[in-house]
Amino acid sequence: MPEIRVTPLGAGQDVGRSCILVSIAGKNVMLDCGMHMGFNDDRRFPDFSYITRNGRLTDFLDCVIISHFHLDHCGALPYFSEMVGYDGPIYMTHPTQAICPILLEDYRKIAVDKKGEANFFTSQMIKDCMKKVVAVHLHQTVQVDDELEIKAYYAGHVLGAAMFQIKVGSESVVYTGDYNMTPDRHLGAAWIDRCRPNLLITESTYATTIRDSKRCRERDFLKKVHEAVEHGGKVLIPVFALGRAQELCILLETFWERMNLKAPIYFSTGLTEKANHYYKLFITWTNQKIRKTFVQRNMFEFKHIKAFDRAFADNPGPMVVFATPGMLHAGQSLQIFRKWAGNEKNMGTVGHKILSGQRKLEMEGRQVLEVKMQVEYMSFSAHADAKGIMQLVGQAEPESVLLVHGEAKKMEFLKQKIEQEFRVNCYMPANGETVTLPTSPSIPVGISLGLLKREMAQGLLPDAKKPRLLHGTLIMKDSNFRLVSSEQALKELGLAEHQLRFTCRVHLHDPRKEQETAMRVYSHLKSVLKDHCVQHLPDGSVTVESILIQAAAHSEDPGTKVLLVSWTYQDEELGSYLTSLLKKGLPQAPS
Amino acid sequence: MKLYCLSGHPTLPCNVLKFKSTTIMLDCGLDMTSTLNFLPLPLVQSPRLSNLPGWSLKDGNAFLDKELKECSGHVFVDSVPEFCLPETELIDLSTVDVILISNYHCMMALPYITEHTGFSGTVYATEPTVQIGRLLMEELVNFIERVPKAQSASLWKNKDIQRLLPSPLKDAVEVSTWRRCYTMQEVNSALSKIQLVGYSQKIELFGAVQVTPLSSGYALGSSNWIIQSHYEKVSYVSGSSLLTTHPQPMDQASLKNSDVLILTGLTQIPTANPDGMVGEFCSNLALTVRNGGNVLVPCYPSGVIYDLLECLYQYIDSAGLSNIPFYFISPVANSSLEFSQIFAEWLCHNKQTKVYLPEPPFPHAELIQTNKLKHYPSLHGDFSSDFRQPCVVFTGHPSLRFGDVVHFMELWGKSSLNTVIFTEPDFSYLEALAPYQPLAMKCIYCPIDTRLNFIQVSKLLKEVQPLHVVCPEQYTQPPPAQSHRMDLMIDCQPPAMSYRRAEVLALPFKRRYEKIEIMPELADALVPMEIKPGISLATVSAVLHTKDNKHILQPPPRPAQPTGGKKRKRATEDIPDCKVLKPLLSGSIPVEQFVQTLEKNYKVTTIKPKAILRTVNKLVNFCFLED
Repeated sequence: MPEIRVTPLGAGQDVGRSCILVSIAGKNVMLDCGMHMGFNDDRRFPDFSYITRNGRLTDFLDCVIISHFHLDHCGALPYFSEMVGYDGPIYMTHPTQAICPILLEDYRKIAVDKKGEANFFTSQMIKDCMKKVVAVHLHQTVQVDDELEIKAYYAGHVLGAAMFQIKVGSESVVYTGDYNMTPDRHLGAAWIDRCRPNLLITESTYATTIRDSKRCRERDFLKKVHEAVEHGGKVLIPVFALGRAQELCILLETFWERMNLKAPIYFSTGLTEKANHYYKLFITWTNQKIRKTFVQRNMFEFKHIKAFDRAFADNPGPMVVFATPGMLHAGQSLQIFRKWAGNEKNMGTVGHKILSGQRKLEMEGRQVLEVKMQVEYMSFSAHADAKGIMQLVGQAEPESVLLVHGEAKKMEFLKQKIEQEFRVNCYMPANGETVTLPTSPSIPVGISLGLLKREMAQGLLPDAKKPRLLHGTLIMKDSNFRLVSSEQALKELGLAEHQLRFTCRVHLHDPRKEQETAMRVYSHLKSVLKDHCVQHLPDGSVTVESILIQAAAHSEDPGTKVLLVSWTYQDEELGSYLTSLLKKGLPQAPS
Repeated sequence: MKLYCLSGHPTLPCNVLKFKSTTIMLDCGLDMTSTLNFLPLPLVQSPRLSNLPGWSLKDGNAFLDKELKECSGHVFVDSVPEFCLPETELIDLSTVDVILISNYHCMMALPYITEHTGFSGTVYATEPTVQIGRLLMEELVNFIERVPKAQSASLWKNKDIQRLLPSPLKDAVEVSTWRRCYTMQEVNSALSKIQLVGYSQKIELFGAVQVTPLSSGYALGSSNWIIQSHYEKVSYVSGSSLLTTHPQPMDQASLKNSDVLILTGLTQIPTANPDGMVGEFCSNLALTVRNGGNVLVPCYPSGVIYDLLECLYQYIDSAGLSNIPFYFISPVANSSLEFSQIFAEWLCHNKQTKVYLPEPPFPHAELIQTNKLKHYPSLHGDFSSDFRQPCVVFTGHPSLRFGDVVHFMELWGKSSLNTVIFTEPDFSYLEALAPYQPLAMKCIYCPIDTRLNFIQVSKLLKEVQPLHVVCPEQYTQPPPAQSHRMDLMIDCQPPAMSYRRAEVLALPFKRRYEKIEIMPELADALVPMEIKPGISLATVSAVLHTKDNKHILQPPPRPAQPTGGKKRKRATEDIPDCKVLKPLLSGSIPVEQFVQTLEKNYKVTTIKPKAILRTVNKLVNFCFLED
């Protein structure tokens, strides 16, 4: 029985380290190859030994697909391809291919240079890994090999994020990666056609949330930033260089313009400046409005937002600074935070500990930092909420759904909802757990046009009660299957056709002459078989369609006549009906 | 399968393919060479043009002198320029299901087709094709609308009068169908019917046919198309290039195994080498400027201009031209320059790598930043205050009949210091210059046509091996001006089928198979028998379902179970009405075994195996004896 098997190596009932193995019609595909933010040991990367313990990964995987550039989706890629060893193709979209190596390099620097990790992948490995990447266009059908094809759909979420359809013959799986079903200020909404996959693997970050309107959150954010600036405070917004940062920049930029504000907005240098460049050059991946107006005004050329210099942090007066990284665990955002945390006028939107209400933080060197600044947590991450996920399931119409990239409890809730609403099975495997789905693919064969046209011409009016049967012969030669008319099949293969003929004698009590008996048989059959062609031939025999009936005298008994009934195998039904009819005798001749 | 040929211009094709119940229009080219018969539309009143003498017949009859003007021995129509549309009568265009566009030059007739023929289908094109095509149309409409002309000549089109006119007006075809330019409103409406597609995207048409655009290497987003069903494949090759310029390279491999390959859009200047032409362009430009003259380059706002700017970017400093201003004047100049930078995915590998850095893929960004290249929507406004001479001006339209170029021709034509360099191959430069004669300025002809030449075509055909080639008639014989050059035509086996305007070709292939799906339940029930080594047969009796042009075979319904004895009896007494087809019988017959079975079951002893064996091959006639 054919089946589809799915095993998450990461992101199974968890967020982070996305890595899902899919086996479909004998092909093995790995979806994403992410790292886990929450771990610093072996667990930060997927356990690739699950795929094979001693063989080469290339022999076991037909391809790897990366959905977008976030590290929890691509962070383990150089480790996987260069340190564990994989030489097959890695597919991703053009923007992902452009941005992914930069984030990997950044990640490597923090791990090796700042944390001093040994045995981490090197810059060269990132480069070598990226050489294995094949860039794909949206909606392009990429033929991985003769049978396996993949196709990317727009996913929103971040620049270049894509959902992927993996298809072999008539079986298919769709993997959403991370997606967003509502357009925002710089990206469009995810879209997929009614592709009816056997399985939809969807993220479920916001499985239980129906998020309040985005507009409210934005208004809230602007109000708080505005207030802080009005009171002469400094605002620190720790962000990841790519993704939400651009969304917030556009938000602030337009707000500043509308309110005619003067306080400077800075963007921490390096990555982020570069990042805006990517957005300018890949503008075809942004939303419709930005694409339409970019000639007049490129939304990523900011008037109010300038590059940040370290020295600016000590400038008096209000300012807003976007600084990386977003979790405030290192780098510029942490430096600025240290400087500004002591002043209650200032505001920041930050990391775990502070968020959990801790106001005194132990820094390196046992310094204790008292946080007096206001801390706000605001989520602008672009994932589909429960409504969005349901919407996508409705769009794609899968036969079953599998949840990843979310918390188990929330998944449970969404699973029930999906099963109720769409009446499809929904799975939520943990890491290392395999889900097996039996499939029943239909078999494509070539039908000869002559046979098909003949059937279609006859079967123009479908009749539910009496469906017409198509008869043909299937010729199977190697993997080439053809359905042709039986005559053609025999002719093609040089086979002689046999004729099978049945002949039956029916004894009839009738003293009259043979000719008269035949005549009686003829008129009897003529009256019974009104829809059939009954003929009385000159040689005295009677035919019903192709069935031949001859009357002969009995060799011993002159009062008995012998009827010889002969028919071919093709006319078996009619033939046996006739014999049983004739056996009952003829009706009395009219006197 | 039929091909309706609606355009006679080999590089601006418009064909309609009827294939498996779908009607597909391949490209929608607009023949603009018709405008060469018209007087130029000057931006500012030109005393020279308005004082041209009217034309009169040999016998002195001057009834046409309002419509026709004479300039240096040539006669021009003094009217709003008109274009030669594709044939609209050959086939009912409202029956066209889809239009496939191969590149932005081949969609210029789109508004005429989509807005005025009852067309209600979908148009497919890539994003760069649509965006740049829009710019080309916008420019065209703008050029013509901004100089309203009161006069619209029609008298000369009368067939009896046209006969009396001098060449080339006398020989112009289908003048009665020539039309004025469309409006922006029609352009917008036409473009709204386009659905964007990406390379190698498979698009299903009614479940019957699948179409796929492939990179053709000629321009940003330019494509060839594959039109195929499960068993037949037609390739449509239009405007392709194997040269490395800015677009993504041509995808040749996907054209393999075609039953029919329709080949259009080859180079219009088969004898000119584009690289050599670019070199000549640069040196002539430098020479003129060094001597204090101005250079005028009539061009389209997109395409080759990107490559020219890139060459100049590398050439300027070494040639000592750093102080010479370069002007690009077009209502869409800014948009064109901006758009060129955002189509990373449609560019050649080198340019893609630059975007990954991230840097703009085309160096004209730097030319603009350093103020070496300036662009203006028109010569009115800012341009007049910035204008410095000597300079280089890129502007349209290459026909020299409308657009800002008309003004520069009038302005610079009188001085032999200036040079006009023709790079676009679409118009004969001598004809383009005719209404400006006598001219003092130098004229250089450097046509840059990167489309396939005949050597490349013959290599391509050897590579992809189509069963049949179909092409415009112009490609099956050497060009009229070089009739001895037998190498300047398509040479393939079997010889290419050629078409001309308003012709209908029956394409030479027969469909024999169609895909059908056997449902798994039915497949399970089949009993294959190996007839010969490696070949198995199975007889199939199934119910055929056809929906959306997809065919499915499902298992036959089980006969209804008889419920009671009485009913059953009646069932056998019914006259069998539907003739159930029995499998054909073939193969060897195990006579011995058969006879044994007969003996056992029927106690027959009179059958002689040998006698049966003798008849088996011809006819098997078994007698079932009643006991």
